[in-house]
Amino acid sequence: MCLAIPGQIVEISSGNSDSALVDVVGVRRTIDLGLLQDDRPSPGDWVLIHVGFAMSKISEQDAAEQMSTLRMLGEIDGAMQEVQGYGLDDVDETKPRLSPKAGSA
Amino acid sequence: MPIRFRDPQIEMAHGAGGKASRRLVEGLFAPLFFGGAPGPLGDAAHVDINGTRVAITTDSFVVKPPSFPGGSIGELAVNGTVNDLAVSGAKAEALVVTFVLEAGLPTAVLEAEVRAMAKAAREAGVRIAGGDTKVVEHDKADQMYITTTGIGRLLHGVTIDPRSVRIGDKILLSGPIGDHGITILLARGELDFEADLRSDTRSVLPLVETLIRTAGPGIRWMRDPTRGGAATALNELARDCGLGMVLFEEQIPVRNTVRGACELLGLDPLHIANEGQFLAVVSPEYADAAINALSLAPGGSEARMIGEVREQPADTVLVTALYGGSRIVDMLVGDPLPRIC
Amino acid sequence: MRFVDEFREPELISKTAEEIRRLADTNCSYRMMEVCGGHTHAIYRFGLKDILPENIELIHGPGCPVCVLPMGRIDDGLAIAQQPDVIFAAFGDMMRVPGTHGSPLEHKARGMDVRIVYSPSDALKLARLNPDRHVMFFAIGFETTAPSTALTMIRARAEGIRNFSVFCNHVTIIPAIRAILDSPDMRLHAFIGPGHVSTVIGCRPYEWIALNERKPIVVSGFEPLDMLQSVVMLLRQLKAGEAKVENQYKRVVPWEGNRAALKAMGEVFQLRPYFEWRGLGFISQSALRVNDKYAAWDAEQRFAVPGIRVTDPKAAQCGEVLKGVLKPHQCKLFGRECTPEHPIGALMVSSEGSCAAYHNYEHRKAAMVSLAPIA
Repeated sequence: MCLAIPGQIVEISSGNSDSALVDVVGVRRTIDLGLLQDDRPSPGDWVLIHVGFAMSKISEQDAAEQMSTLRMLGEIDGAMQEVQGYGLDDVDETKPRLSPKAGSA
Repeated sequence: MPIRFRDPQIEMAHGAGGKASRRLVEGLFAPLFFGGAPGPLGDAAHVDINGTRVAITTDSFVVKPPSFPGGSIGELAVNGTVNDLAVSGAKAEALVVTFVLEAGLPTAVLEAEVRAMAKAAREAGVRIAGGDTKVVEHDKADQMYITTTGIGRLLHGVTIDPRSVRIGDKILLSGPIGDHGITILLARGELDFEADLRSDTRSVLPLVETLIRTAGPGIRWMRDPTRGGAATALNELARDCGLGMVLFEEQIPVRNTVRGACELLGLDPLHIANEGQFLAVVSPEYADAAINALSLAPGGSEARMIGEVREQPADTVLVTALYGGSRIVDMLVGDPLPRIC
Repeated sequence: MRFVDEFREPELISKTAEEIRRLADTNCSYRMMEVCGGHTHAIYRFGLKDILPENIELIHGPGCPVCVLPMGRIDDGLAIAQQPDVIFAAFGDMMRVPGTHGSPLEHKARGMDVRIVYSPSDALKLARLNPDRHVMFFAIGFETTAPSTALTMIRARAEGIRNFSVFCNHVTIIPAIRAILDSPDMRLHAFIGPGHVSTVIGCRPYEWIALNERKPIVVSGFEPLDMLQSVVMLLRQLKAGEAKVENQYKRVVPWEGNRAALKAMGEVFQLRPYFEWRGLGFISQSALRVNDKYAAWDAEQRFAVPGIRVTDPKAAQCGEVLKGVLKPHQCKLFGRECTPEHPIGALMVSSEGSCAAYHNYEHRKAAMVSLAPIA
């Protein structure tokens, strides 16, 4: 419902700390930082931009963690299956298996 | 053929080159001008005069602002008409030009545009043979409108007909899309965005000639995707030939800055106007030679094979991505509007 | 593009889709609602349905502010703009939305001063540049957009700009989710939570969905890998018999939301007792109005508005589509009377409305015999 795009702070306007120039792959615009009063971004920081306002600071660390989680996806399970192939099955059967109700159209 | 145009009033969309424009042309102009079915409507008409076939076309330019990074209305007025002739398989020989000027227009502004036209005409190898000037009251026009009408000689060895397009044909694009439309959108200043971006306005005739030299017999169709963008031009082709145009997302050349602006504004580069690119459909045996020749020609280094013609989805443009997802891209509806949702 | 391209990497997308196929029990069918219209748009734009297994059904939710806005509100906004010296400013999204006597663009064609703005602050700038005119900003949006409107009004008040007002149509997402869940014909297993709304409200407001309704919800980003990862997380919860709120979009969404944004909203807005949603009807405490402190910048208080309710054509089955009971193409009007060019129903008016998205991106795919893989 809301188009928001990552942009990088180029500079904070001199004389107005609530205003900054951001860059989105070569497209530049002055945006309002007023909604990030509690956690002010600095030049070089990445922010999420929606309708000309910075909505949140983008965490490079969380993005990197997400990527590594995605890269590992399936690999652990794949390794498990290999182990199972050797007859070393120790799947946890104690947890209840939820079968979602079959949805009818 | 009955008049099918039922829109109660003319909107900006009727001039935007998308669905509404097509409805106006097919629903009102074609029935009254051509009577019967006109067949597919191309960028230029080819007519017989005493046994000689010539190409003729006309185009009006009402761009706002009149000058922008990389070009101006005068340059567009020449290149636009030269390009319409080129992609119909003709070389522009002469242009006549009509100026509609707003009273109060500084002479310096007019002179700059006339100079730009003379330069563009020289570069495209076309003569400006005559013209007309009208002046309207102040505030009844936006500085100046220019109409150019061009007549061209048919180039040998090529026939453009959307109905000759076959399954398996390849879709070529001469270079990155969206530069012109995004440059204009930003140059209007209403959005307060800035970018180092220039209009792509140029004559495409040299590249078209290169293509004809290397792949002439294999060329089925060409079009310069101006208003409405590549998506609209390819949708028209899909409907005219009854086949599906399948594009490969990763192969479509788009500059990063144009992509950035499109992401910010919620626009699709395939819907954005171009003034210096063309699309071509060529038979598969000529495709590699054509791309190689274009790539080596000046101004053609970014040409790509962006897709191919398939039986399905008929009448439709489908964009597919490497990971297996796909989407339909329709003609543009109205002008591209920035969105926030 | 940083933080965009890496989340569109084809190989990882294929791998994540594989993981989804592995997790999804072929004997089950999963009905997941993406609450947000931005997700609906992304699903179609990236063709995610093509790579998800058939037993995962994505139900399009109510999170499209343009779609759920009743026609009467558009009429009211345009009625204000009929008054002399008023400039109607709105996002591009609103421009083609039909009122009883046409869309804002059609009114512009007839001479109304209609301006497209990218930001509420651009509307305020218009007011500064046109001191002898009145600029009315037609505000739409959920909690993502409302803080920007609020801060713009705070700035207008601080600067003493009197020729600026806001016609407030801001709505809130939680009551709409509640209305969907209360609907008797609604069968859902899980929710994909709205990422950008959550930058403002955080993740706590969804806890009741997990606790009381026992439905998993994952707050999700908008890139293909974000959405696929969210589906993985939901499937894992379902498999484990869990129902909790998870945050897939950590790089952007803080668990507690954005306090400064909530404060700005609190300064300017108050809850309306009830508000009409197209397709869903009246929902209590589901929308914002301008409070009395900011009455001078409230278009509804400054101008007389007709306030006439306009009912949608009976044949349009927007409500059923909105609740996921019908697919867009199963509506009687879809693609015939109701198209993106001439929308009748709410969901056809915005490109993120599920009907428009389906019409634009998916419609004719359904008619394809087969789609050979791309070499």
